[in-house]
Amino acid sequence: MLGAVAAHAQKGETVKIGWVDPMSGLMAPVGTNQIKSFQFMAEQFNKNNAAGVKFEMVPIDNKLSPQESTTAVKSLIDQGVRYIVQGNGSGAALAIIDAVSKHNERNPGKEVVYLNYAAVDPDLTNSKCSYWHFRLDADTSMKMEALTTWLKDQADVKKVYLFNQNYAHGQQVSKFAKENLARKRPDIQVVGDELHPLASVRDFAPYVAKIKASGADTVLTGNWGSDLTLLVKAAADAGLNVKFLTYYAGVTGTPTALGAAAAGRVYAVAYAHSNMPGEVSKAGADFKAKFNDDYYTLAVHHAFNLLSSAMAQAKTTDPAKVAATMEGLKFKSFNGEVEMRKSDHQLQQGLFITVWKKADAKHPYSVENTGYGFQPVKAYDAYVASTPTSCQMKRP
Amino acid sequence: MLSSGLTLIFSMMGVLNFAHASFYMVGAYIAYTLTGVLGFWLALLVAPLAVGALGALFETTALRRVHKFGHVPELLITFGLSYVVLELVQLIWGRTPVPFSPPELLQGPAFTIVQSPSSGFSMVWGAASEALCQGAQCSRFPMTRAFMMVVALAMLVSLWLLLTRTRIGLVIQAALTHPEAVESLGHNVPRVFMLVFGSGCALAGLAGVIGGITFVTEPAMAAVVGSIIFVVVVVGGMGSLAGAFVASLLIGLLQTLPLTVDASIADAINRLAGAGTVGDGTPGWPLLRITLAQAAPILPYLLLVLMLIFRPKGLLGTRES
Repeated sequence: MLGAVAAHAQKGETVKIGWVDPMSGLMAPVGTNQIKSFQFMAEQFNKNNAAGVKFEMVPIDNKLSPQESTTAVKSLIDQGVRYIVQGNGSGAALAIIDAVSKHNERNPGKEVVYLNYAAVDPDLTNSKCSYWHFRLDADTSMKMEALTTWLKDQADVKKVYLFNQNYAHGQQVSKFAKENLARKRPDIQVVGDELHPLASVRDFAPYVAKIKASGADTVLTGNWGSDLTLLVKAAADAGLNVKFLTYYAGVTGTPTALGAAAAGRVYAVAYAHSNMPGEVSKAGADFKAKFNDDYYTLAVHHAFNLLSSAMAQAKTTDPAKVAATMEGLKFKSFNGEVEMRKSDHQLQQGLFITVWKKADAKHPYSVENTGYGFQPVKAYDAYVASTPTSCQMKRP
Repeated sequence: MLSSGLTLIFSMMGVLNFAHASFYMVGAYIAYTLTGVLGFWLALLVAPLAVGALGALFETTALRRVHKFGHVPELLITFGLSYVVLELVQLIWGRTPVPFSPPELLQGPAFTIVQSPSSGFSMVWGAASEALCQGAQCSRFPMTRAFMMVVALAMLVSLWLLLTRTRIGLVIQAALTHPEAVESLGHNVPRVFMLVFGSGCALAGLAGVIGGITFVTEPAMAAVVGSIIFVVVVVGGMGSLAGAFVASLLIGLLQTLPLTVDASIADAINRLAGAGTVGDGTPGWPLLRITLAQAAPILPYLLLVLMLIFRPKGLLGTRES
């Protein structure tokens, strides 16, 4: 009897989760959608989760700035928060890793764990990896791995134009694209490798003219937000008939601009698509009914899944023990069985290549009420997209 | 060329208006809402009028009160207004872009330039046929851009005619430079100011409607055009319509042409002084290797700084201050 009580010591406990992401500025629409996703999924998981704990979100606006993120982490720790989630911007992610690692070193017994749900700089799980950081999204190199594996079978792609934002993420997309293409499709010609300023270009027509002049049949881009929206729009206006291979076509605002003009031409690589089967799609529909917005950051699901599974297994909510349990933990998520790789804390998961298409009976979900959605073209198992790590983790 | 319509009006107003781009954005949003009720073409007419009315209201209730304290308070109040408008727009229409697409008539290309190896250049109205584009290079010019140009030119010409050829124009010009004299002649100067500000906002609203259908109607649209229109006004010269026109063309070219050049300073040095003169190890290499295409976005601002140093009154400006 006593044993049974002790085994479920964590049951009924409230776990506060600090959310550090932008709610103002350029990325506000994305951040706002994501905090709603977290709050909504917390409610869902509170009804039923493996560990029987209650999750409570504590959001702080970091204005996308590393500096503000560090302050936010301190203030969250002061409020007794022991779990932190963040996703937008690898710069902010790095600042949080730093703040959390320092805090944990100085305050043994009061550890804080950081779950990164969308910052995809490969360095975070390689040269800059940390024991306290767990990444739930697939990083740039993994997505490029899946994308180029798919490209191997696309004989009609012969000339690729790399078009990216001039900052860490864009530069890495360009770097990994060149490496992977040289390895898997050496016959593909990279006809352009352009970096443009981040979030300040209004008129992409001159760039589109340049792409057209290069004779490219495919544009590969890591762009997001208005940089992707306006690019696709300008391409449609100029009659540029190429494929777009993207990372972030599903993020707030872009689907609206894609519309009918981009149908069948815009591809995205991601760990999920608009029409996932099972309980996620139910949650997505409920989310839409409640907020009239799309639930696209499915890594939120991973986060609650991972935490509650680890807490159930560790039989505690103590972050130090939960972190130790999360290492190497395998659990079932919406995209099949996933594993939190022990060596670098990068979630190993299946990836999808999806295409923007008119919603039909089989794939009914309409993104941003456009009547279109991202439909899977190809699904890859975790091992296909897996990339090696150079992480030499210091364990406590 | 893109923001020429918006910038032309800037120069004729006596006040520095930081919120100008906000009126541009409001124009786009109002037209988006009205399009659902009235259809696009009526919205194109009504939205600028509504924005003009809002502008006039702002002038009479707020701007007029601070006008007598000089330029800095004016600047500050319009600066504040731009934030208020941004938040209001986000409250009413949300933070995400709205689907504001051009009407049937403005979709598709206006003309297509066909560049074929056999018969050289030719131009076709509308979209070129598939057969024509086979083996040739076709560049389409979108209808929305053509419409934008036509409206901007029409706006410029009518504004110029209004200001120089009509009695109202004379009164406006006089009121801007010699308000006391005009007042003593029996004209209602505050009302003239209100009208000027209101119509300036209306024109910004009109530009917004066209900008909204061509680009994306979203809360960030004001911030993106906001800085560049100041550059156009300063380069063109305060108070000069022709200057604003020339400057908008110049800056349009400066923004777009360098994008096609992938050469950097390092390339130029290597070509002139022999290959390998500068490379990875040269001091300042990170700066030298930046290509002209990458530097293109800062060129207009560089021009602004140079202009302020060497010719503060602008290209065709009349006022020294």
